Amino acid sequence: MTRPSVADIEPVGPAGQRGRLARLARTNVVWTLGVLVGLAAVFAALRPEAFAGPFNIRTIFINAAIPVVLAVGMTFVIITGGIDLSVGSVLVFSGVVAAKVMAANGAADADWTVIALGSVAGVAAGTGWGLVNGLLVTKGRIPPLIATLGTLGMALGLAQVATDGSDLGAPRRLTDVVGNHLIARQLPVLALVAAAVAVVFGWLLAATRFGRHTYAVGSNPEAARRVGIRVDRHLIRVYALSGLLAGVAGVLNLAKFSSTTIASHTEDNLSAIAGAVLGGTSLFGGSGTIAGTVVGVLIPVVVNDGLIILGVQQFWLFVAVGAVLVVAVFFDQLRRRLRDRD
Amino acid sequence: MTATPLLEVRGINKSFGPVQVLRDVDFAIYPGEVTALVGDNGAGKSTLVKCIGGIHPIDSGEYHFEGTPVSVHSPRDASGLGVEIVYQDLALCDNLDIVQNMFLGRERRNGLVLDEVTMEQLATETLAGLSVRTVKSVRQLVASLSGGQRQTVAIAKAVLWNSKVVILDEPTAALGVAQTAQVLELVRRLADTGHAVVLISHNMNDVFAVSDRIAALYLGRMAAQVKASDVTYAQIVELITAGRSGDLGLTPAVADITNGAQS
Ligand SMILES: Nc1ncnc2c1ncn2[C@@H]1O[C@H](COP(=O)(O)OP(=O)(O)OP(=O)(O)O)[C@@H](O)[C@H]1O
Ligand SMILES: [Mg+2]
Repeated sequence: MTRPSVADIEPVGPAGQRGRLARLARTNVVWTLGVLVGLAAVFAALRPEAFAGPFNIRTIFINAAIPVVLAVGMTFVIITGGIDLSVGSVLVFSGVVAAKVMAANGAADADWTVIALGSVAGVAAGTGWGLVNGLLVTKGRIPPLIATLGTLGMALGLAQVATDGSDLGAPRRLTDVVGNHLIARQLPVLALVAAAVAVVFGWLLAATRFGRHTYAVGSNPEAARRVGIRVDRHLIRVYALSGLLAGVAGVLNLAKFSSTTIASHTEDNLSAIAGAVLGGTSLFGGSGTIAGTVVGVLIPVVVNDGLIILGVQQFWLFVAVGAVLVVAVFFDQLRRRLRDRD
Repeated sequence: MTATPLLEVRGINKSFGPVQVLRDVDFAIYPGEVTALVGDNGAGKSTLVKCIGGIHPIDSGEYHFEGTPVSVHSPRDASGLGVEIVYQDLALCDNLDIVQNMFLGRERRNGLVLDEVTMEQLATETLAGLSVRTVKSVRQLVASLSGGQRQTVAIAKAVLWNSKVVILDEPTAALGVAQTAQVLELVRRLADTGHAVVLISHNMNDVFAVSDRIAALYLGRMAAQVKASDVTYAQIVELITAGRSGDLGLTPAVADITNGAQS
């Protein structure tokens, strides 16, 4: 303890805090947040009353709610070095399961007990698909891309088999209180649920052993194994977590649209992956944050909203998101190559 | 110096499928000493160490710790005994910082939440206790460290746990002259603080510089385990390349069988 070299090591305390700040700056979150603020400023300058009004701001948060829930799960999966293409289908499947339970017990007039039961069933169904993904990836040794592409097809197909291709609606109470309700006439319930999901799972990732092991498994699975982390079990849990959140998103989607159609969910996986990657999560595994993901999801939502207000054809959004995704990954791998060289 | 071994394996056999990698190996490690484990490429050094560390289950043989027979089936069993291994490939997580790597798998917690302050403090103290002066901040990502610094972190990780046995698999293989000297100094210091240390190395200068005993593996058999002061450089090289040297090492008959089994 009294050796002279002690002084050479950064002490804990204030300096440790400086370390944390430095780490924050090192992450892409701050940078990405700057982009989001910049975009919002541009739209607000072009159309102040339409874009920056309370109605539109609320719309943005409502539109971001379900993608945020999906992207949070996706972030965990990508940090482990995997991918989950099935989230959109699992969302639809979970919505169908929830709607079926509710339809069988009162349909549009179903009471809260039934709604709760249906929601639990939907979330459980999503978790089930997540477990299947996890088992395929770990025990089956199937690459995540293929495993989740397979469950994407299966979940979607089964959802259509179960509904015979027809659309199911949601109980009125669910749509009124969760889907369209504003607390104090201002705060959308959907956005609050999404915020709660982001906070809880952000905490799980940043501050708990589960989160730390998620990074470790994605960074160097062999190192994780050597220190006694059960890598396969951890991966199964992470895929189950992504499935669970897709289930939650399924129930929220039912509440919002009172519908179980596939339309508009075919690109859910793209938007969830794009959100995570724009927010600084590396597709190579080992790094990423939930805060970054939330910002990363908001960017395309804001751009979409702004383009609608400006009257630009919306399809350009897909072009933009796709292009930005590729560019973000390009820079990520460039950064890694530079880092690995020295 | 004729202390009883802290850790001893007897008659260890280990095969991977049809390939027998370790044959009837005896190996003893003493507290306060550096035992060098030498042998040619493929002799079985890393495999022996992985058996001791619980990564590979042994096919047969005995494992004694502090004089009592124990069974070690997983890395957790080994670290439970106080046996820590720094592997040839280090196995650190590039995306995690020094503290996170040192505590990986054994994180300190306050309730459910990771206790970062305590972990940072303990990591800093451990590095300081090893007189490590090359690391700027314990919150640096491991990806940003040099080879020697990584080695240092891996060693510090191994001693963080009040470990009694520290095994280092070729810790200096990828290092330059100055960093090698630093790591060897660290190895010696570990033994001086009472650890039983095993050093695997192909560099005879390093071996003679720091070790008290030398164990030579030859094609999966333990050719000899001797005091460093009792042998010469040339004898060790002969043990490594031929399995015997004068009256040291395998008997001619065993050496022939060993050769035969390999070809
Ligand atoms: N997991 C494994 N499966 C099959 N064979 C293995 C395995 N691990 C090691 N071997 C074989 O066992 C033999 C001994 O390997 P080991 O890595 O123990 O040698 P070593 O003495 O550490 O060599 P080096 O000095 O090159 O590190 C080699 O022939 C190797 O091919
Ligand atoms: Mg080896």
